[in-house]
Amino acid sequence: MNSLSEIIAFLLISSLTLGAAIAAVGLRNIVHCGLSLAVFFVGVAGLYLLLGAEFIGFIQLLVYVGAVAVLIMFVILLTRPEDEAAKLPGLRWRQLPGVLIAAGVFLVIYLAIMRSPSLLRDVPEPAALSIQAVGEALVSGHLLALMAIGVLLTAALIGAALFAMEGEDGK
Amino acid sequence: MLPTETQPQTQRIRPALNFAARRPWCTLALLIAAALVVGTGVLFLLNLKAPGLLTAALMDALSDPGQAPVLLKQGLLNYLENGWSFAPWMLELTSIFMVIGTLLAVFGVIFALTSLVERKVLARIQNRFGPNRVGPWGLFQPLADAVKMLIKEDIVPTGADKVLHLLAPIIMLVPALLVLAILPYGPGMAPIELGVGILFFFALGATTEVGVFMAGWGSNNKYSLIGAMRSIAQMISYEIPLFLAALSVVMLSGSLSPDAIVSAQSGYAFSFVPHWFVFTPWGFAGFVLFFTAALAESNRSPFDLPEGESELVAGHMTEYSGFKYAVFFMAEYIGLLGICGFAVALFLGGWHAPLPWLEWIPGYLWFFIKLYSLVLLAIWVRGTVPRMRGDHLMGFAWKFMIPMGFAIILAAAVWHYAGGGVLGWVASAVIVLMPYLALGRVVSIQYPASRRVYRFSES
Amino acid sequence: MISLPIFLILSAILFSLGLFAVLSRHSMILLLIGVELMLASANLNFIAFWRFGPHPEAMTGALFVLFSIAVAAAEAAVGLSLILLIYRHLRSTNPKDVNSLHG
Repeated sequence: MNSLSEIIAFLLISSLTLGAAIAAVGLRNIVHCGLSLAVFFVGVAGLYLLLGAEFIGFIQLLVYVGAVAVLIMFVILLTRPEDEAAKLPGLRWRQLPGVLIAAGVFLVIYLAIMRSPSLLRDVPEPAALSIQAVGEALVSGHLLALMAIGVLLTAALIGAALFAMEGEDGK
Repeated sequence: MLPTETQPQTQRIRPALNFAARRPWCTLALLIAAALVVGTGVLFLLNLKAPGLLTAALMDALSDPGQAPVLLKQGLLNYLENGWSFAPWMLELTSIFMVIGTLLAVFGVIFALTSLVERKVLARIQNRFGPNRVGPWGLFQPLADAVKMLIKEDIVPTGADKVLHLLAPIIMLVPALLVLAILPYGPGMAPIELGVGILFFFALGATTEVGVFMAGWGSNNKYSLIGAMRSIAQMISYEIPLFLAALSVVMLSGSLSPDAIVSAQSGYAFSFVPHWFVFTPWGFAGFVLFFTAALAESNRSPFDLPEGESELVAGHMTEYSGFKYAVFFMAEYIGLLGICGFAVALFLGGWHAPLPWLEWIPGYLWFFIKLYSLVLLAIWVRGTVPRMRGDHLMGFAWKFMIPMGFAIILAAAVWHYAGGGVLGWVASAVIVLMPYLALGRVVSIQYPASRRVYRFSES
Repeated sequence: MISLPIFLILSAILFSLGLFAVLSRHSMILLLIGVELMLASANLNFIAFWRFGPHPEAMTGALFVLFSIAVAAAEAAVGLSLILLIYRHLRSTNPKDVNSLHG
């Protein structure tokens, strides 16, 4: 069973993550939305660390907080509206279908979780993710996926650079 | 009361202040004596709780100076357990706080000393004295600086985003302090032994950028924003050579943990040349690359365009005054100390002694000696090299340092698989030198140093 | 007490929050933020199943999350440069303004 410190840690980190997610979706100022997204990523990295996947947690910090969040902040700054005080509109009635769909999806997933008896087993704690094992699996069993990721990232790099270049010509 | 009349409280301590102002050395001696007397009294009283355990802790620590801090801490915990009957969870908590307190005290003193040493060394390079009024050789200058920063008014611009303005210095300081927790100060003396220490360090460096952005945007100032953008662009560009240089070391030691990397550099070749990675061709190039990228990551000259005083006042820190500016200042210096500590652990052999007959000096002292020599090197570079231009800076990172990083990885692999023969060393050196010369040529053609043209106004 | 269903419910909440952000259509950047929320919740699901699943030594969940993080970063980069291009053209980040096929 989990010790008191683990339960407290989980409650703190999950409330931080949830709070940041609600802030990222609901705040009126889009710069605040972007920054609470960065806090959300930190919270998710904390959840990964709680689950024992240290490597993935730090990779999440490095890639998401260090790169994706900064990228989103740059784009928010570059696409600001001309009038500085324009805020995102709050909840409107026309968003009701969106709220209903999101609530419906959550309900379906919740029922699926609650109705599966196999999920409630108690499993002993596995060994933490070892880097040697991850490295060996990457280059032996999952080599194709690794190469595909390399090609994808190169293509994304070239594509993003092309977009940025072409845009300056006015096209 | 009129402003010229003093309040009753100051009337009471005014004689003491007068004495302190007129006879500073006497005051200092009296204060030290008082502290010694009070300290001895407190220790004696504490000793009564569990007789002999405190002296046992001290004797343990003195018997093995190489592990003195660890043994002292264990002895103190033993005393607390027996004398004050601490529960196990209280012992753990006390142990954590002891480590945190020691680290903060040591690095606080080093930070204060560095801020003074930097000013004095820079001043000497520029043919002037540094601050030398406040104490002997200006030693109390950091104290005066601290008092000054604490009593300054905290000005927040009107249109600034209050929450961001407040949080930004904190978000910059916390990752810098967290880095100090994984450095291997001595054998078995890393406060947290993370299996993925290098990754943790890079993740924290990446997190600092969000703090820079918050500072720049939250100040409601165009120049702060421009400085913050430049700083972030510089940081993400120079992170890649940092990774590549560290990657070659990680590749050859087979582990991401700084402890394991330091252990891989133990031993001596020909019984007087240590096995540090900096003494191999790829390691030397990797160290230079890592150190240069580290200077760029800490926004220090010659890469201090984001906070160039002649251009952007202070970049993203422009609108900060008083204590928040002190927090930024501290974040920058402690970040520099952390990254230099990493350079020591990765390339300079961590806590290993350079010569076999110098091993009687404890490991943690060697670590701090090497750390401080790197900090002095950084200060020397700051005083010597002019600031790089913006496009030169980015071109240097992307067109020179990243290909050099790949060449260093290749050279490290060749050196490893050659098995240690002379051919391996020569091949590795060639693989490092050729791209260096070629890329240097390319970059100097692209950004030529042209003859200076003096233009005077025609009147 | 902290076992698999808690993590799955947490990730379901995050997923529906992200879905709401995508469906609210206030700004294209909010759309991207919603997509990132959904991806992060799916990754959390994978790691939770790796930890509490029957074969943690196979590391399938963790490796998948590694690739998913890389793909999400690439997709965020390309998506954000698209948003920049659209902004340059239309001077607005409202998805409702992107309503003609010919630019």
